[in-house]
Amino acid sequence: MKEKKLGKVISQKEISKNIFDMWIATDLADQAKPGQFIGVYPKDKSTILPRPISICEIDKEKKALRIVYRIAGAGTTEFSTYQVGDEVAILGTLGNGFPLEAGKGKKVFLIGGGIGVPPILEMAKQMDADKSILLGYRDGDLFLKEDFDIYGKVYVATEDGSVGTKGNVMDAIATNGLEAEAIFACGPMPMLRAIKRYAEEKGIKAYISLEEHMACGVGACLGCVVKTKEVDHHSHVHNARICTDGPVFDAEEVDI
Amino acid sequence: MNTQVTIAGVTLKNPVMTGSGTFGSGMEYGEFVDLNRLGAVVTKGVANVPWPGNPTPRVAEVYGGMLNAIGLQNPGIEVFCERDIPFLKQYDTKIIVNVCGKSVEDYLEVVDRLSHEEAVAMLEINVSCPNVKEGAIAFGQKADALYNITSEIKKHAKQPIIMKLSPNVTDITEMAKAAEAAGADALSLINTLTGMKIDIHRRKFALANKTGGMSGPAIKPVAVRMVYQASHAVKIPVIGMGGIATAEDAIEFILAGATAVSVGAMNFVNPYTTVEVVEGIEKYMQQYGVENLTDLIGAVND
Repeated sequence: MKEKKLGKVISQKEISKNIFDMWIATDLADQAKPGQFIGVYPKDKSTILPRPISICEIDKEKKALRIVYRIAGAGTTEFSTYQVGDEVAILGTLGNGFPLEAGKGKKVFLIGGGIGVPPILEMAKQMDADKSILLGYRDGDLFLKEDFDIYGKVYVATEDGSVGTKGNVMDAIATNGLEAEAIFACGPMPMLRAIKRYAEEKGIKAYISLEEHMACGVGACLGCVVKTKEVDHHSHVHNARICTDGPVFDAEEVDI
Repeated sequence: MNTQVTIAGVTLKNPVMTGSGTFGSGMEYGEFVDLNRLGAVVTKGVANVPWPGNPTPRVAEVYGGMLNAIGLQNPGIEVFCERDIPFLKQYDTKIIVNVCGKSVEDYLEVVDRLSHEEAVAMLEINVSCPNVKEGAIAFGQKADALYNITSEIKKHAKQPIIMKLSPNVTDITEMAKAAEAAGADALSLINTLTGMKIDIHRRKFALANKTGGMSGPAIKPVAVRMVYQASHAVKIPVIGMGGIATAEDAIEFILAGATAVSVGAMNFVNPYTTVEVVEGIEKYMQQYGVENLTDLIGAVND
């Protein structure tokens, strides 16, 4: 059940320039699934809306969620100042999450690009599959990369060529001669479009996590929609709600 | 202690309703609050046929509030009657359906269809959405146009009609009077204030629609002023809304002259707001020994 409640900061550190890694104690961890997100509320009263931030890791034993987020404005700047023990208001858990069963026992690509890397981590941990993990970065600052090493073979692509394949994750797939039966991905729109095309050419399924400016985060305001091939079940107009029908969609179903 | 209020013969258990477009048809927030606690649920606007709405981005935050340009995405009246009304009927709350359209005929088609729905207590007529190019706002910014559409709808409607007014006018009292003269049973205000936000780093509009409707706590003083003016210009009840976040805000609207109030954008900020406002109003009545909520309506000392 979705709830808004207070969590407590367990740890926080800057793991890359303007990218912060925060563990929050919250019993929302009980219901959290990989690929879901939470709405985090700034305390500054000039801001009103929750910031949608994907869940990077779930610790059900300690009842804690990890978020790895980039400073994008006033709200995330405020979050980055939180100290251990500070309270933080969270709405969650939100969205559908990645369909782990669609990868079960298969050869899969788990792909993250840029700030789309964090939501892949919990999936890499939980998915029972033959995993090739592809991570795309701008340069040699490979935040979170080491966290993935124990969950599968990791391939890196960097735009400047400083580490791994020069180029993007699609170049890394080609250079390393990799193949998969299903793809699970989060990252910038050009990357997701390339994955959608690739999956169509290969005749395999791709599940992609989308983002959009959101207000409510729970499906009421219809702010965050994506064009869909089929009529959506809510408004019957080919506009699915990313916050509730997604954020993870079958790539075939969305027009991006 | 009696928190009941009556609007056009419809008695609500308390004066707290939901702002159209911020609460869907109650399904999403029903997970957070007990819908039985609300005076009424006002649904998202519904048209005669499904509307896809505007391109994204549709929402942007601004200082103390937000802009939206959803463009009234909705499934059309048929799906609405099959799905949303049966859902709401399960609860002990009044159902108020917000009706939108691009032409008078569109509105009348929805109003006629809803005349068969006995569970629907009232209709709120949206003539004030700033995000739809044709219709809607065109009927809500000129007194004669508002008069005409109100009287047309009144001829067809089986339920009492609430005309939802736009704040984007020179004189709100002129609009309030026109709606009343045409037979409106009640008024609701304010809809959102037209605004704009520009991302200076990308030199782009924050919304794909360029302009959007502003809501949230920052607009409350404007809304309280307009509710005061409108409620003093007409005899029909006024439902007040605009940035209500707390019971104190709601009471301010009631003292200004509102018979009922709606919680809108603040549902996004705190999904429990509606019920917290209901409880807060009860506490205020206890604190000041107010026996009937109706004693507070327009009770600001002049």
